[in-house]
Amino acid sequence: MLNLIAKSPLSARIGLCIVVFNIVVAIFAPLVAPYPETQVVGDVWEGMSGEFPLGTDHLGRDLLSRLIFGARNTIALAFITTMLSFLSGTALGFVAAVKGGWIDHLFSRIIDIVMAFPTLIFALMILSVLGSSLPILVVTIAVLDSTRVYRLARAVAMDIGVMDFVEVARLRGEGLWWIMRREILPNAMPSLVAEFGLRFCFVFLFIASLSFLGLGLQPPLADWGGMVRENAGAITFGIFVPLIPAAAIAFLTVGVNLIVDWFLHLASGLRN
Amino acid sequence: MKPENLLEIRNLFIEGFYENRWNTIVHDISLDLKRGEVLGLIGESGAGKSTIGLAAMGYTRQGCRLASGSIKLDGMELFDAPEERLRSVRGAKIAYVAQSAAASFNPSHRIIHQYAEGPVRHGIMDYAQAARNAVKIYDRLFLPNPEKIGFRYPHELSGGQLQRAMVAMAMSCEPDIIVFDEPTTALDVTTQIEVLASVKEITEKMNKAALYITHDLAVVAQVAHRIMVLRHGRLVEEGETRRLIKKPKEKYTRDLLSVRTLSEDRSGADKTDVVLEVRDVCATYNGADNVLEDIDLTVRRGRTVALVGESGSGKSTLARVITGLLPATRGTISFLGQPLSPDLKRRDKENLRRLQMIYQMPDTALNPKQRVGTVIGRPLEFYFGIRGKEAEKRIRDLLARIELEPAKYIDRLTTELSGGEKQRICIARALAAQPDFIVCDEVTSALDQLVAEGILSLLQGLQRETSISYLFITHDLATVKAIADKIVIMLEGRIIEQGEKTEVLTPPHHEYTDKLLASVPVMDPDWLDNLLEKRASTYLSN
Amino acid sequence: MKPVVWLILKRTGAGLITIFVISLIIFVGVELLPGDVAETVLGQNATEETVEAFRKALKLDLPPHVRYLVWLSDFVRGDFGKSLANGREVSGLIGWRFANTLFLAAATAVVAIPLSVVLGMMAAFYRSTLFDKAISITTLSFISFPEFFIAYILIAVFSVQYNWFPSMAGVNDGMTLGARLYAIVLPALTLTCVVTAHMMRQTRAAIINVLASAYIEMAELKGIRKLRIIMLHAFPNSLSPVINVIALNLAYLVVGVVIVEVVFVYPGLGQLLVDSVSKRDIPVVQASGLIFASAYIFLNLLADVLSMLANPRLRRSRAS
Repeated sequence: MLNLIAKSPLSARIGLCIVVFNIVVAIFAPLVAPYPETQVVGDVWEGMSGEFPLGTDHLGRDLLSRLIFGARNTIALAFITTMLSFLSGTALGFVAAVKGGWIDHLFSRIIDIVMAFPTLIFALMILSVLGSSLPILVVTIAVLDSTRVYRLARAVAMDIGVMDFVEVARLRGEGLWWIMRREILPNAMPSLVAEFGLRFCFVFLFIASLSFLGLGLQPPLADWGGMVRENAGAITFGIFVPLIPAAAIAFLTVGVNLIVDWFLHLASGLRN
Repeated sequence: MKPENLLEIRNLFIEGFYENRWNTIVHDISLDLKRGEVLGLIGESGAGKSTIGLAAMGYTRQGCRLASGSIKLDGMELFDAPEERLRSVRGAKIAYVAQSAAASFNPSHRIIHQYAEGPVRHGIMDYAQAARNAVKIYDRLFLPNPEKIGFRYPHELSGGQLQRAMVAMAMSCEPDIIVFDEPTTALDVTTQIEVLASVKEITEKMNKAALYITHDLAVVAQVAHRIMVLRHGRLVEEGETRRLIKKPKEKYTRDLLSVRTLSEDRSGADKTDVVLEVRDVCATYNGADNVLEDIDLTVRRGRTVALVGESGSGKSTLARVITGLLPATRGTISFLGQPLSPDLKRRDKENLRRLQMIYQMPDTALNPKQRVGTVIGRPLEFYFGIRGKEAEKRIRDLLARIELEPAKYIDRLTTELSGGEKQRICIARALAAQPDFIVCDEVTSALDQLVAEGILSLLQGLQRETSISYLFITHDLATVKAIADKIVIMLEGRIIEQGEKTEVLTPPHHEYTDKLLASVPVMDPDWLDNLLEKRASTYLSN
Repeated sequence: MKPVVWLILKRTGAGLITIFVISLIIFVGVELLPGDVAETVLGQNATEETVEAFRKALKLDLPPHVRYLVWLSDFVRGDFGKSLANGREVSGLIGWRFANTLFLAAATAVVAIPLSVVLGMMAAFYRSTLFDKAISITTLSFISFPEFFIAYILIAVFSVQYNWFPSMAGVNDGMTLGARLYAIVLPALTLTCVVTAHMMRQTRAAIINVLASAYIEMAELKGIRKLRIIMLHAFPNSLSPVINVIALNLAYLVVGVVIVEVVFVYPGLGQLLVDSVSKRDIPVVQASGLIFASAYIFLNLLADVLSMLANPRLRRSRAS
């Protein structure tokens, strides 16, 4: 693992630093934040000062603290959702690739239909009927996103599956589990890790967008997308408060993308 | 005053960028080429022959550069020459014929369009004139329907036709030199003859000079006046063709020449018991057309049956049917006296164990994430339940048997090994199951000749020790002559001839066998000329 | 029949079936969701009468197959039902808004497509140079930024700081083309940034792939000039993957439009959708959702079809 990091280019290392920084802040949020998440501590939209390093928001809460807690809420939510989507998509994709036949056809047709829907529209429609509670949000996004993971996992597994060494295992009499776990998975790792990163970025931006539209995490929870929405009015007064949580979103996503680019590079190198 | 040599290369060094630095891949190569002369560049993979061929055009591939030296084409220096000068000679004075015609033609343009592009862009003639020339040369190279064939797209021509079309395209500007880069390597032997005849036509009848690059000494002996033997980017030996073949000076050259002379007396009692019997087998991929019809085959203990055929003959399909990957639609297969289920999934573990297969490409037959010990150890664990210390001991034994030092190899990742070493690991993996029968699917076709020799003698040694039977699938008749007891010849999904080796190899033959045997290049520089003359006279007399 | 024509027909058929299935899901699927729809939506207002009225409005009192047939016959006549929020005809609400959204998307596409193709080609030819690296960093940033971030930056700079463009893109019937275009400069610019970034990266990858082909090397060895190689050899063979990239990104545009409309308060279909979702105005959500989904499916279909047509091997093979 350390070997891998040692060989990485500068951009990947910058990305790694960004991601690790965010994760640490998210985990240690209550210890790091100067003020509690929802407490009103100052005037509305105060400027940056020693007391409030990033100023205050539209209700007078400390922006920095909200940002820190927002990191925890948004990242945790995005991560759980991505894990769910990733695990289910990969499992289904691998099974479809290795078993082939009618299972592959059935899975692929269902997934094609779900994928035909633009994700945002589908999510909006489901949320309009079911409301935006946390579990509904997570499950909806995970199901919609797992279709993309399925596509990729299946393609990768098929690419590897046609290699002779997989046939050798089949000829030996190895079972489905062995083939998936020991022959295909180790060779799929770089592509899968890259895809996980991409999915995380997408889910993260998606949740932020939903929150921005008022349909994600509900106030008073701090969440970066929601914070942009709440403070949007400030722009017209020349106060650039909403740009701060938006920049935080961008910052993390850039970091993840830098790492993803590196893994994509590794994955394509292996294919050669 | 015209220079003596058409192409003069002096002290050429070429470097390649890998492992994060520039490494020398071609060392101090010098060569001369006169008008009308054909120089063969021969060597195994990695010898640098393609690199040198491209360098003669002032060109290097991505990741390579010309480090130092001189490349003079008709007196004009190409080393470090400006882009314009290089562009003006490429195609016009020196042209290139690539190994794969299918990849080298633009799929969106017609053949004749690509022929005419060169002369028109170089300002040598207009399109109409080029098109007329195209028809003439297509005719000379024996392409069918020369007036119309130019209007086809590349994917509409067969492999052999496309290769000749590429040779024609190289001739379009009437260059002085043509660089042939392994033009027949990807073709069947019977197709190869046609292309070689084209090459001869160009070099002898049209008096063009050529660099002919190949790994096959018998092929280069047919077309080249002089031969340069290369190894690891260095010159091993050089000389006039007939002299080199009769009296090679260097050991490496001698090794290359002796490759086709490996043979063994394989006659003997044929009364051992039957290991595999295939009766009336038919198979299909799409349920409609049969790819195999009426296959009858018997393999006895301790014997090698060679399954010979060209591409599309069905020999690989038969291997898939025998191993159960493609269930036969009709007929029976019995193994060690018991009927074998046509479907792999229904066979029991013992049968799976005793019938093993080794593949053509060791790179894809080994999981790049596994170490040698794991690869060889898995069959031991899976079939016999052997693990831990006992397994390690057996793995070391197997490594020793395949002539690889156990301590050095057991922990290596397979990706770090050479082609020959990888194939040996595949053999050890098959042996670990203690099989009675191994299907060898073109196991030496992807390896360099000397390395392939080693693998063949290893397999033979193992057969002597353990009485394993082999079904040896190949398209290379030299290998067949060396190791087979019985020969089975396939064409378009059927067996057209089979029998003891000596029986099949001596006339009278089936017509196709005749053609096949006659097409294999022999280390005699006159072989091709004789063959073409014979063909011409039989054609005229009919 | 030529094989390529047959492939196109099959693909179009598949697209139509998908739209049909989607419409089924949208209109009948409400039934399949857990819990009682009426009560969930009405929440605190759920009394006997309101629930009853709600059910009647959404025709939930009819059995599913009847409901679908009723809806289908209405749909064909252009009747999408009535909005729950204000009782107006849904079709009336949607029509002009959809036109606005298309206008914004088209304005973006007209700029974004040529820009990304040219930048992608240049980045592929000048691969690994400073130019390529600079473009790479810029596009990486843009695809990482949420649309609203870019939108607010643009507003902060061009609207608040310099007051060159309006921060709210209001358009109405009376406006000239010029006035409309002026109003949508900032939203179109936002969308252009994001879409171009995606498209450029994918175009670059597709062209690099083609440039690595053996026939490109062959053309060089024939002494053909670089420019001609690019125009006549690389370009025709990149057409298929590049068209695919463009059409897929247009599909993405359909969705990206929603956020931008909200930020700039642009009276398009996306803004209507978001508003209706917050208000739980189900008939409007259904109708606009179906329109967006259909546009998305149509663009994906177009991507596949055009890419099949542009593929030289498919186009030129004769039926065997």
